[in-house]
Amino acid sequence: MVSFFTHLINGLSLGSIYAIIAIGYTMVYGIAKMLNFAHGDVIMIGAFMAYTIISTMGLPTPLGIIGAIVICTCLGIVIEKIAYKPLRKAASPLAVLITAIGVSYFLQNSALLIFGSDPKMFTSVVPFQSVTIGSFSIPGTTIVSITVSIILVAALQTFINKTKPGQAMLACSQDRDAASLMGISVNGTITLTFAIGSAMAAIAGVLLCSAYPTLSPTTGAMPGIKAFVAAVFGGIGSIPGAMIGGLVLGVIEILSRAYISSQLSDAIVFSVLIIVLLVKPTGLFGKVIQEKV
Amino acid sequence: MALLEINNLGIQFGGLRAVDDFKLTIEKGELYGLIGPNGAGKTTVFNLLTGEYKPNEGVIKLDGQDITGKRPIDINRAGIARTFQNIRLFKKLTVLDNVKVGLHNQYHYSTAVSILRLPKYYQVEKAMNERAMELLKVFGLDTDADKILASNLPYGQQRKLEIARALATNPKLLLLDEPAAGMNPNETQELMDTIKYIQKHFDMTILLIEHDMKLVSGICEKLTVLNFGRILTQGDTKTVLANPEVIKAYLGDD
Amino acid sequence: MKQKFSMMDATSRDDFKTYGGLILVFILVSILSVAGMLNSQMKGLLVPLCVYAIMAISLNLVVGILGELSIGHAGFMCVGAFASAFFSKVTVGSMPDLLRFIIAIIIGGIVAGIFGFLIGIPVLRLRGDYLAIVTLAFGEIIKNIINVLYVGRDANGFHFSITSANDLGMDLTTGEIIINGPQGITGTPKDSTFAIAFIVLMIALIVVLNLIHSRDGRAIMSVRDNAIAAESVGINITKYKLIAFTISAVIAGFAGALYAHNLATLIATPARFGYNMSIMFLVFVVLGGIGSTRGSIIAAVVLTLIPEVLRFMANYRMLIYSIVLIVIMLINWSPSVKGWLDKHVYSNIPFLSKIRAKEGN
Repeated sequence: MVSFFTHLINGLSLGSIYAIIAIGYTMVYGIAKMLNFAHGDVIMIGAFMAYTIISTMGLPTPLGIIGAIVICTCLGIVIEKIAYKPLRKAASPLAVLITAIGVSYFLQNSALLIFGSDPKMFTSVVPFQSVTIGSFSIPGTTIVSITVSIILVAALQTFINKTKPGQAMLACSQDRDAASLMGISVNGTITLTFAIGSAMAAIAGVLLCSAYPTLSPTTGAMPGIKAFVAAVFGGIGSIPGAMIGGLVLGVIEILSRAYISSQLSDAIVFSVLIIVLLVKPTGLFGKVIQEKV
Repeated sequence: MALLEINNLGIQFGGLRAVDDFKLTIEKGELYGLIGPNGAGKTTVFNLLTGEYKPNEGVIKLDGQDITGKRPIDINRAGIARTFQNIRLFKKLTVLDNVKVGLHNQYHYSTAVSILRLPKYYQVEKAMNERAMELLKVFGLDTDADKILASNLPYGQQRKLEIARALATNPKLLLLDEPAAGMNPNETQELMDTIKYIQKHFDMTILLIEHDMKLVSGICEKLTVLNFGRILTQGDTKTVLANPEVIKAYLGDD
Repeated sequence: MKQKFSMMDATSRDDFKTYGGLILVFILVSILSVAGMLNSQMKGLLVPLCVYAIMAISLNLVVGILGELSIGHAGFMCVGAFASAFFSKVTVGSMPDLLRFIIAIIIGGIVAGIFGFLIGIPVLRLRGDYLAIVTLAFGEIIKNIINVLYVGRDANGFHFSITSANDLGMDLTTGEIIINGPQGITGTPKDSTFAIAFIVLMIALIVVLNLIHSRDGRAIMSVRDNAIAAESVGINITKYKLIAFTISAVIAGFAGALYAHNLATLIATPARFGYNMSIMFLVFVVLGGIGSTRGSIIAAVVLTLIPEVLRFMANYRMLIYSIVLIVIMLINWSPSVKGWLDKHVYSNIPFLSKIRAKEGN
C-alpha cells in the first residue's frame, strides 16, 4: 500500500510537470491555432540555461531560474515573430506545422553544438531532499512540482478571467476576426501567449531536470510529445483540461511502469489517449464544433 | 401520389423551435418556392430534408418512401439533390471532375480496374465524360471544363456548377438554396431561364429558397411562406404574394 | 467532344512525364554506378532514397489527396519491415532468393495494409489535429510493442513472449530467436538492390497516380475538398477515407520491406520508426507541395541528399538543414514573404520573374 502511494505521488509529480508543458501547448493552440512542435525544445533550452547559470557560472539558484525564464520568454517571442507570424495567413495550416518542426530541429542542433551530445548532470534546484510523513517520505522535487503547477494554473486562470490582456486572449481563442474588430490587437495577444507559454516551458524544464537530472539536447522531445498528448487528452485549447490531462497521463505512466511493464508504459499511455478520443472525439473538456451547413 | 410529402415536421435547437409543424406537398414536375424573412428556418427545412439534421418529429416521404432521419448519402441515393447557400464546390477539382463526382453512383468500376487501367476504365470514363459535358453544356460551362479549377470560376458560374453537380446525381427532386444570391439582374434573368429549362428538359421537380422576388414571382408555380419557423401561408404564387400577412412579414422584417 | 480526349491526354501526359523522368534518373544513376563514379556513401544511399520516395508517395496519398494529417506513418513502415523480415528469416533457403524477397515485400504490404485498415476504422472518424495525434500514438505503440516482442522457432514450432528471450522456453540447440525484443531481427538477407527498390517505387507511383485519376480518386479528393458536399452527392466518406488510408499503409509496408532487407540488423529504435521519422515524411509531402505526388518524390530525394552533401560541415549540417527548412517554408508559403520577394527580388531578375508569372497562371 505504501509503495502504491509512493508511485501515485511520483505520478502526480511527473504529471504536474506534463501539465505545465501541456498548458503552454494548449494556450498556443487555442489562440494561434497551431501545434507548436518546438515547445518541447524550449523546455530543453530552459533547462540548459538554468544549468549554465547555476552549475557553469556558479551563480545563485534563483538567478538561474529567473534567467531561464527570461531567456525562454524572449526565445518564444522571437520564434513566433520570425518563423510563425509570416505563415499565419498561409494557404495550408501544415506550413506552420512544418516550420515548427524546423524550429525544433534548429533548437536541438544549436544545443548540440553549444553544449555537446554527452548528457549533463543537472543539480536539483529544490533545496531540501524530502519530507517524511509517518512511514513514507515525499521527495522535495515532488512537493515543489505539484505546488508550482497548482500556483501556475491558479495564476493563469486569474490572469485570463480577471485581466484585460487575459480577456483579449480568451476573445482571440474564440474568434480572431471578431476580436480584431473589437479593437483587440491579435498580433500582440499571440505574442503574449507565446511569451507566457515559453516562460512556463522554462519552469517545466527546470522542474523536469530537477526530478530527472540527465540533460541533453533531446531531453525536451519526449516530454513535449507527452504533454501534447496530455493537452489533447484534456481537450486541446482548455487550460483545466491540460492540467488534468497532464496529471492523469503522469499517473498512468508511472503506475504502468511500476505494475505492468516499464517498456510498455508509453504504449499504455498512448492507448489510453486513443480510447479517450474514441469515446470523446474532442478530449475530456474539448468543445464539439459543428460545421454550419 | 405526390412526389414529396412532409407532415408535422419539427426540430428544436436547445429551447428554440427552429421549424415547427411544417407541412409541404409537391407534385411531380412542379417548381416550388420556399420564401420568408431571414432566420425564418428555410435552410433548416432543407437540412432536415437532406439529412444534415435529424427532425424531432414529423415524417418526410419521397415518392411514397419514408426518408425521415436518414443519412445524407442515403437521401441522395433515394433521389434528393441540393445546392448550398454558401457554395460548397470541390475547389481543387476541375469543373468537369466536380460533375463527375456527382455521377459517382451511376457509373461503376472497381478500385482494381482503376489501378490496373483495364479496358473498362476507359469505357466508363468516356461515358462519364460525355454525360458530364452534356450537363455542363446546359449551363454553358463546357468550355475548358477539364482545365479550369472550380475555385477559379466566377461566383455566378460557381452557383451554376453546383446545380450541374446536383443534377448529375440524377435526382427526383432538386433543392436550390438561394440560387440567385450575389447575382446581378442579368445573371438572375439568365438563371431563371436555366431553371425553367431544367424543369422542362429534365422533367425535374424543383424546390427553391430565394429572396429575389422577381425570380420567385417569375418562375415559381407555388409558394410556402415561413416566418419564425412556422408556415405563414401556402398556395399558388399569385394568391400567396397578394396575401397582406406576407407583405407585412417582409416589410416588418426590413 | 474534343475536350474529354484532350483531358485524358493531359493528365496521362503529365503522369508519363513523371514516369519518364524517374526512369531517366534511374538509368543515369545506374550508369554512374557501373562506371564507378559513385562513392560508396552515395551507393549506400540509393535504396534508402527509393524507400523515402515511396514513403513520400504513401503519405501524400493521405495528407495531400485525402486531406487528413497523419504523423504516425513510420508505424506502418515498421510493421511492413518486421513482417517481411520475419518471413525472410523463416523461409530463407527454402525457395529462390528473388521469389522469397518478392513474397516478403508483398507480405510487408499486406500486413501493413491490415493494420492500416483496422486502425483506420475507428480513427478516421476523428478530425484534423485529433486524427494527427492518434496516428502519432499508433506509430509509437507499434514501435513500443515490437520492442518487447520475442519470437523464436525450434523443433517444437514457434514460441512467443513479451517479457524476455528466456521466457520463450526454447530449445536453443535446435532453434533460434527470430525477433529478440529490443535487439530486433538480425541477419535478414540483404536483398534490396537499387533496381528492385526502383521497381517498387514505380509500382507505388503508378498505383497512386492511377488511383487519383479514377472514380475512387475523385471521390477521395471530394471528401478532402468538402465533406458535406461529398455526402450530399452520395459519396460514402468513411469508405473512401478507408480506401485511401489502407492503400497508403500497403505502400508504406512495401517501403518497410525494402528498408528491412537493406539492413543487417532491424531494430525499432525511435530514430528509425519513431515520430521523428514520420515527421520527416511529412516534411517531404509539405515541401513537395501537398498533393503533388511528383513534388513529394523530389522533396524526399532533395531533403535526403542535403544532409549528405553537407556532411563535410560535420556538426553544423543539421543546423543548416533546419535553417534551410524554415527558409524554404517561409519562401513557399508565407504570403508576406512571397510578396516581398516578388517586389524586391524576382522583379529584378528577368529569368525568375518569368517563372513567377507562369506560376501565377
